Parts: sequence; structure tokens; C-alpha cells
Amino acid sequence: MSTLLELSGVSVTFDGFRAINNLSFQIGEPELRAIIGPNGAGKTTFMDIVTGKTKPDEGRVLWGDKGISLIGLSESRISREGIGRKFQKPTVFEAQSVRDNLAMALRNPRGPLDVLFYRKSAQGAARIEAVAEQIGLTDALERTAGELSHGQKQWLEIGMLLAQEPRLLLVDEPAAGMTPAEREKTTDILVEAAKTRAVVVVEHDMEFVRRLNCKVTVLNEGSVLAEGSLDHVTKNPDVIDVYLGR
Amino acid sequence: MSDASLSKETISSKEIGPKSSKDFATTPKRRSFIAQNPSVLWFLLALAAFTLGVTLLSEAAGSAVISTSFVKTLGKTLCLCLVAIAMDVVWGYCGILSLGHFAFFGIGGYAVGMWLMYARTEAIVAENLAGQIIPPTQAEISDAIASQIFGVVGASEFPLIWGFSHSLILQLAMVILIPGLLALVFGWLAFRSRVTGVYLSILTQAMTLALALYLFQNDSGLRGNNGLSGLQNIPGFEQVPQAQISIAFFWASALALGLGYVLFAWVLRGKFGSVIRAIRDDEARVRFLGYHVESYKLFIFTLTAVIAAIAGALYYPQAGIINPGEVAPIASIYLAVWVAIGGRGRLYGAVIGAAFVSLLSSWFTGGGVPAIDLGFYTIQWTDWWLVLLGFSFVAVTLFLPGGISSLFDRLVRKET
Ligand SMILES: Nc1ncnc2c1ncn2[C@@H]1O[C@H](COP(=O)(O)OP(=O)(O)O)[C@@H](O)[C@H]1O
Ligand SMILES: [Mg+2]
Repeated sequence: MSTLLELSGVSVTFDGFRAINNLSFQIGEPELRAIIGPNGAGKTTFMDIVTGKTKPDEGRVLWGDKGISLIGLSESRISREGIGRKFQKPTVFEAQSVRDNLAMALRNPRGPLDVLFYRKSAQGAARIEAVAEQIGLTDALERTAGELSHGQKQWLEIGMLLAQEPRLLLVDEPAAGMTPAEREKTTDILVEAAKTRAVVVVEHDMEFVRRLNCKVTVLNEGSVLAEGSLDHVTKNPDVIDVYLGR
Repeated sequence: MSDASLSKETISSKEIGPKSSKDFATTPKRRSFIAQNPSVLWFLLALAAFTLGVTLLSEAAGSAVISTSFVKTLGKTLCLCLVAIAMDVVWGYCGILSLGHFAFFGIGGYAVGMWLMYARTEAIVAENLAGQIIPPTQAEISDAIASQIFGVVGASEFPLIWGFSHSLILQLAMVILIPGLLALVFGWLAFRSRVTGVYLSILTQAMTLALALYLFQNDSGLRGNNGLSGLQNIPGFEQVPQAQISIAFFWASALALGLGYVLFAWVLRGKFGSVIRAIRDDEARVRFLGYHVESYKLFIFTLTAVIAAIAGALYYPQAGIINPGEVAPIASIYLAVWVAIGGRGRLYGAVIGAAFVSLLSSWFTGGGVPAIDLGFYTIQWTDWWLVLLGFSFVAVTLFLPGGISSLFDRLVRKET
């Protein structure tokens, strides 16, 4: 397992407030990692930094075998480097069909002219069917994404990530608003995906994290508080303090 | 050779025999562009029928049902429909509420108008100087043309920007190049800095205002508020009656609208259209999918600007005159109103909106509708038409957000 993403000494300040404070973080490939932490710990901001939405004030963000710096690259460029992201609030293109949503995410050249002259292919269609199967939306392919239930939208968004075939998947609170059955299916999808790539899951729900059965990073006030197995970190007095002490 | 490859194919299709029914279901059907977009075919048929009908009823065909001036009005309306579908693509599909596309339309008109004026004045000057015993020098001819054209603004020399006006080809190239470059530079600056929404609309209005103010100046080299006139006289065709010229331009406008419609429908089909609509709905998300949103916006902004300019280049020879008032910021706002009333996000909606509102507008403001005498006040439609239009706009926005063309959906849904 080699290091795929490495953050070191990263800090971000919003109007004088340090949302990320000297954060260091590493993930290999393949690996499944859960990030937990109280509200406002900086979990979403961490993803914003990696995906180019927020520029850190200091620190390094290195990516891939050659260790290229992600700082200053555009969001689209970072995505093409192989980093996919699922947002906290499900964001799919509601006016378009499930198939069109997945087709847009398919790993293909992204330039305007490539897309303008793009022709549908049998492989592309097969790939869409395969992803739809994985996220349980085979029968909904022709439906408008806006008609899907909340849980199905979350899956569609995860499906779009899978269709992108990224090397690193960042998943922000995927289980929010899901029924227990839906949560279980979501863990299955994520565990399966992490067999071939790096997956970072941010989640509040301890039961969900337990089912992921992976290394856990606890974030608090913008930096790492503890890291290790779930049992290990939940025994850590600092973690207990942060989670239970207030 | 062909036999061999044929038999090879038969074998391989046998090999996948058991799976082939599933394969068939998953393979996207390669249907023709028209078959996938039946509305394009319907539109082209309707446009062809309309063009033919108007031609047969025109003075050029020996009938007098449709006057030459009304043929011109209809031809101009087709040009307005063309700029409206461009507006619909940039706003209704891509979500960029540009309030500057009529500026591109006007630039197209000015570009073609410069050649029309130059060539016609040149012919007149040549005629006037023909009687002289000593043949005039090239410089004398040039000076005479310049003082004819720029006399109204107290100048007698050709400004630099008229450098290409002697050549129809070059000036037609300007119809495309100037608005294309302007849109490219403006769009690049605006999109790169991620200016969106109402701020972008304001920026496009500022661009339009700057252009109009520039054109209003007497020393702009474009005759200030006199504008360019006599554009209906086509050099080289002085002997051809306006009845026939009007039909020729009417046909050219119909052709341009048809081609523009097909072009946009083709661009917006399939995945490219999918990405464009996705940018409209959530551009940040499209970025995280790996698409360089700015390039896509720039492509659409520039393409639609060029089409708008072509529409303008066909419009003003039919109007006969262009002046800076035509590119005033309000014109671009009207354009957005037409598209909103017709129904944005569908091309025929823009056509319906532009045709309906602009024809209605010339009917009301042209004195076609009798004034209403209320006893204490008389409603003169030339004054009150805009108020009516404003109310219609508000009414459509509130009660028919999809515009007039969304009524079709209701009809279709009732049938099924
Ligand atoms: N763009 C922003 N501007 C100002 N403050 C922000 C911004 N983004 C996040 N923050 C602040 O940074 C802190 C961390 O936020 P966030 O990363 O969303 O936490 P969470 O761990 O709940 O996802 C919060 O206090 C939040 O208010
Ligand atoms: Mg968060």
C-alpha cells in the first residue's frame, strides 16, 4: 500500500477563525478510512481543500506517485486527476434522467470538443448498466433524477462517483437521512469500492462507522485528535472528552 | 476481401448468440439526429411552408396579398427569431442571463452596413464624376466617398475602422470576427473570475451601454446617432425592384433561421447538451465531475454571439437603417423578455416568443390597434404598449413559468 494523498501542516483561516489547524493526514491505495468528529470540526473543509474548492493558507497537499501538489489546481483538474467527491447534501442533476447523470460522470475525455463529438458507445452503456446495478437503480435508469427518493439520490451520487472511476473517493455523510436498510446497503457499496481504491468517509453515526470496519481518524477543531481502530480511538480520553464531555 | 470480413462477423455474432438479446437491449440505438429530435423536423417543415406561402402571396410573385413592406417585416421577424434562439441557448440552456446579445446583433448590422454604404456611395460618386473631362484620381474618388458618408458628422476622411469596407468578403468576415472576438475576450474575463448570476447580467449590460455610448459619439467613425442608412439599396442590384430584393432577404433569413435551429439542436443533443444543462443547474457540481465549466460557457457564449451577429447582418438590410439606439441596453432586455414569454429551455419556445411579441409590438406601435377613448383619457397604444408588454411579462412569469410553448406540453399530456 503506497501513499496516495498526503496533507502536512495544512491550515485554513476564515475571517480569523482557524477551521483547519496544522492538519496532517495520509491515505494509501487501496484503503478505507472513516473520519469522525463533532460538528464544525473541519471535516467538510478538509474535503474542500483536497478538491480545490478552498485554498489553504499554509501547508502541503501532495497527490499520487509523483507527489504533485494539488494546491492551486482547478476543481475540474483535480477531479480529472482522479479525485471524486460526494457532497453532504445530495447533489444530482434533478432535471435529467438517471442515465444522463451517470453518462456525464463516465470516465471519458472532458474537453468541450471531445464531448461535442462524443458518440454513445456500447461500452459506455454497459458501464452505466453495471454501475446502476451496483447502486440498485437499474429499473430507474430512464427516470428523472428529481423523482428519486432521498436515499436513491444519495446512491445515484455515489454511482456517479463510481462511474468516474477515481483513485480517491471522498464521501461526506452518505448515510444522512437514510433508513437502516439503506445504510447497510451504502456501507456495502463503500466497502466494495474501497477494495480497489482509496475511500474516505465522513460520518457521524458510530454504528455506520463500526460496520465500515476500518481505520478511523478523529478530527477536532481542525486537527487530528486520534487515529486508529474504532475501539482504540473510542477509549482515548481526549476523544471521550470531546464527544461526551459537553 | 469483403466476403471474408462478412463471414468473420457472422461467426463472431454466433459466438455471442445466447447473450445477444441482452446486448441488443444495452446497445444504444444509433438513430439519426432528426429521428431523435422530431421537433426539429416539425420546425423545419413549418418554416418551409411559411416561407413558401409568403413567397406565393408576395408582390414578387405577382400577387398583392402581402405588401413588400410586410414581407420585410416578416423577414426581420425571422432574424429576431434567430437571435432569440441564440439567447435561449445561452440563457435557457446554459443559465447565463446575458443582457448583451443584442449588442452582438447590432455589431453584425453595422459590419454589413459599412460595406452597403461604402459600395453604394462609391457607385453614386463614380456616376457624378463620370462627366468630368479629366478622369478623377483614386484619392479624389476616396475623398468624395468619405465626405459623402461622413459629411453629417463634419468629417471628410475615412476612419481606420472603415479599412475593410470596400470589400464585401472582408466585411462579412467582420460580421463574425468582431462579435466573436468581443464575446471571447469578454466571456473569458468574466467566466474566469467566476462572475455569475445577476452580476454577470449587469456586466453584460455595462458592455452594451459602453458600445451604445461609443456609437453615439460623432467621432466614433460610425456617423454617431445618424447611424448607417440606405441599407435597403443593395449595390449591384439597383435595377432589381424592392419587391424581389425583399423576398431574397426573406429567404436568406428563413435559411439562416433553419440552419441556426439545426445547429443549436445538434449542439445541445446528447452529452454536450447534458453538460450544458447541468452547468445551468449546478455549475460547482459539474466542476467536481471534472468538466472545465468556463470553457463550456465560453464556447456557448461565443457561438451564440456569432449567431446573433449573423441575424443582425440579415436584419438591417431589411430595416434599411441602423443607429446606436438599436443596441441600447434595453434592446437586450427585450430579447430576454421574448424568450421568457415564449418559454426558455426549448428552441421553438424562443421562436414563438420572438415572433409573437415582435409582431404584436409592431402592430400596436404601428397604429394597427385603435386608441381607446375612456372619456377622461385616451389610451394611445404607441405609449401604452410597453406597459401592456410589462404586464404580460409579469403574468407569464407568475402563471405560466414555462412560457407560451409550455402550453404544448399540456396539450400533449391531455392526449395521452
Ligand atoms: N466558507 C466558509 N466561511 C467561513 N467559515 C467557514 C467556511 N467553511 C467552513 N467554515 C467554518 O469552519 C468550521 C468547520 O466547518 P466544516 O468543515 O463544515 O465542519 P464539519 O466538520 O461539520 O463538516 C465551522 O466552524 C464553519 O462554520
Ligand atoms: Mg460537514
